[in-house]
Amino acid sequence: MKKRFFSTMLFSIIAIVLFVFMAWTHTFAAPPIKIGALFSVSGPAAFLGEPERNTAQMVVDEINKAGGIKGRKLELVVIDTQGDPAKAVQGANKLIKDDKVVAIIGPSTTGDSMAIIPVVEKAEIPLISCAAGSKITEPIKKWVFKTAQNDGLAVAKIYEYLNKQKIGKIAILTVSDGFGSSGREQLVAHAKEFGIDIISNETYGPKDTDMTAQLTKIRAGGAQAIICWGTNPGPAVVARNIKQLGIKLPLFMSHGVSSKKFIELAGDAAEGIMLPSGRVIVANQIPGTDPQKKALLSYVSSYKKAYKVDGDHFGGHAWDAMMMLKGAVEKAGDSPAAIRDQLEKTSKFAGIGGTFSYTAQDHAGLTKDAFVLVEIKNQSWKLVK
Amino acid sequence: MDNPSQLVQYVLTGLSNGAIYALIGFGFAIIHNATGILNFAQGEFVMLGGMFTIFILSFLNLPLVPAIVLAIVFSTLVGMLFERLAIRPLKNVKPLSLVIITIGASIFIRGAAMLIWGKDTHAVPAFSSNNPLHIYGATIMPQHLWIFGITLLIIMANKLFFSYSILGKAMRACAYNAHAASLVGIDVKIMVLLSFVVSAAIGSMAGIIIAPLTMTSYDVGIMLGIKGFCAVIIGGMSSGLGTVLGGLLLGLLESLGAGYISASYKDAIAFIILLLILFIRPEGLFKQKETQRV
Repeated sequence: MKKRFFSTMLFSIIAIVLFVFMAWTHTFAAPPIKIGALFSVSGPAAFLGEPERNTAQMVVDEINKAGGIKGRKLELVVIDTQGDPAKAVQGANKLIKDDKVVAIIGPSTTGDSMAIIPVVEKAEIPLISCAAGSKITEPIKKWVFKTAQNDGLAVAKIYEYLNKQKIGKIAILTVSDGFGSSGREQLVAHAKEFGIDIISNETYGPKDTDMTAQLTKIRAGGAQAIICWGTNPGPAVVARNIKQLGIKLPLFMSHGVSSKKFIELAGDAAEGIMLPSGRVIVANQIPGTDPQKKALLSYVSSYKKAYKVDGDHFGGHAWDAMMMLKGAVEKAGDSPAAIRDQLEKTSKFAGIGGTFSYTAQDHAGLTKDAFVLVEIKNQSWKLVK
Repeated sequence: MDNPSQLVQYVLTGLSNGAIYALIGFGFAIIHNATGILNFAQGEFVMLGGMFTIFILSFLNLPLVPAIVLAIVFSTLVGMLFERLAIRPLKNVKPLSLVIITIGASIFIRGAAMLIWGKDTHAVPAFSSNNPLHIYGATIMPQHLWIFGITLLIIMANKLFFSYSILGKAMRACAYNAHAASLVGIDVKIMVLLSFVVSAAIGSMAGIIIAPLTMTSYDVGIMLGIKGFCAVIIGGMSSGLGTVLGGLLLGLLESLGAGYISASYKDAIAFIILLLILFIRPEGLFKQKETQRV
């Protein structure tokens, strides 16, 4: 009996000591800085959200391994929006009210981003969107920034090249979803200023598996080049159909297919296709004088090490968002308002998507030089000079 | 119609898409006629055919022909499991509940495929060469010839099976009157299982022969399933010539519509036809007074 009493006492004391010890460490280690992330990790836009989530997590792990920001660890709270604006709004509310994050990165798509803008504006939490739609930051919203290049910049890059080649009559073939219709808008809007005449304007559905009808029509129209605007797998089908039909016109794609997956899907039909892309896919071909070179090489090698696949253009948007956020927190501390003000002062930040300079009038921060034109040669990317 | 070769191209494209719709429609018809169920998981067999082929090619490194055979076997096994686990245990249920179960099964199969194989689109190598063939100024891929050839073979095999083999006749007997069939000693349960086997096999074959052209991913089954359903509705739920004509007609209208009107209406065309047929001629376009089902 006595022995049993003794052992109970001993256990109790050990338990109490453990509790006190745990409570003590908990109180005295600084709490982590919480950052919210909304990415479409599943659903139709998973090709954006997955590399973005991976990249953001990788950056946070790297920062924490190096001791955090001024001794405070970062904590990334990721919510999957599934590309659904309603889920994005729920997620944003949860991040702000329950998790008390100091800033949010993402969402991956323009639709999701537009849906949560009123939420973050009202709660006064800085948002760095990873979506491309120019309407996210035009007109300017106080709390909203973005890292993905505007579609208009990609269009300008292609048109600039067409002008150089003296090609004036083009056909456009765009997918009938958000990405395609935004591209179509920009293609039409910028045509005049570059003196380009769009003589065929066709669309296809995101799930279509055969575009020979549209391409036959385009061929009959007499264009000198074809621009296709979409994300996988549609453009790969277009490339294969063009090869099948024996159409010899130069073919341009959008930055929506600047991943190895496109080359894999289109196979031989990908040869000779040109597209505007961020520099990340040609990181080792760009000249050493390029200010982005160092960031690009470091991103490519650490992503490869962490996930065994090549980092892409889309993950780069999350890298830029995280790195600029890190810079702002380092300088201004962890209050949302201070982070926002500091973000707006970001100047000449050489990231993955381009060299960013935010100002009070510009929360997108990039010029058309954020894109380079690449050509697919021998199943790989080649920088077009 | 400024250019005859343009028209030839639209027609060829339409016919090759239509052949696929017809094959998928066949699967609907066979199950419907043996059991009265509209199996909305039919599109998923099409997806499974393509995805199993990719899986076997890249993970087991088998050559194309054994990969295709195995893919059909695996998809058929899924079809059998589906019948045993989801359809047979239910007794005396309303057709509507069965339809809802097939929709549930299709969501389940799609979800499982997404978890197992991921969300990426995959390309399947062509059966023969990748060089386009020229026909009257239009071009088709050698794969299109495979599609036409295999569709034709399946249609003929189907006809022979249902008209001349004992098993086929027994399945037809169940379709006419399941109760009477059981009285003359036909095991109706086996016939129902068999109808799932046949339609899963045909569906997966359809998925395999189009995969080299259209590529495949976990979610290709939805749209193809709906198109196949349109084909079989136009054909009046027959597993004979009606569905073939229905599929070809649908494919042609889609392709001509995309070419001469606007590609934006491509899917709308299929749905408008579906609704029109259901409203005006629910027995199908080609149905005569007395036709045999199955």
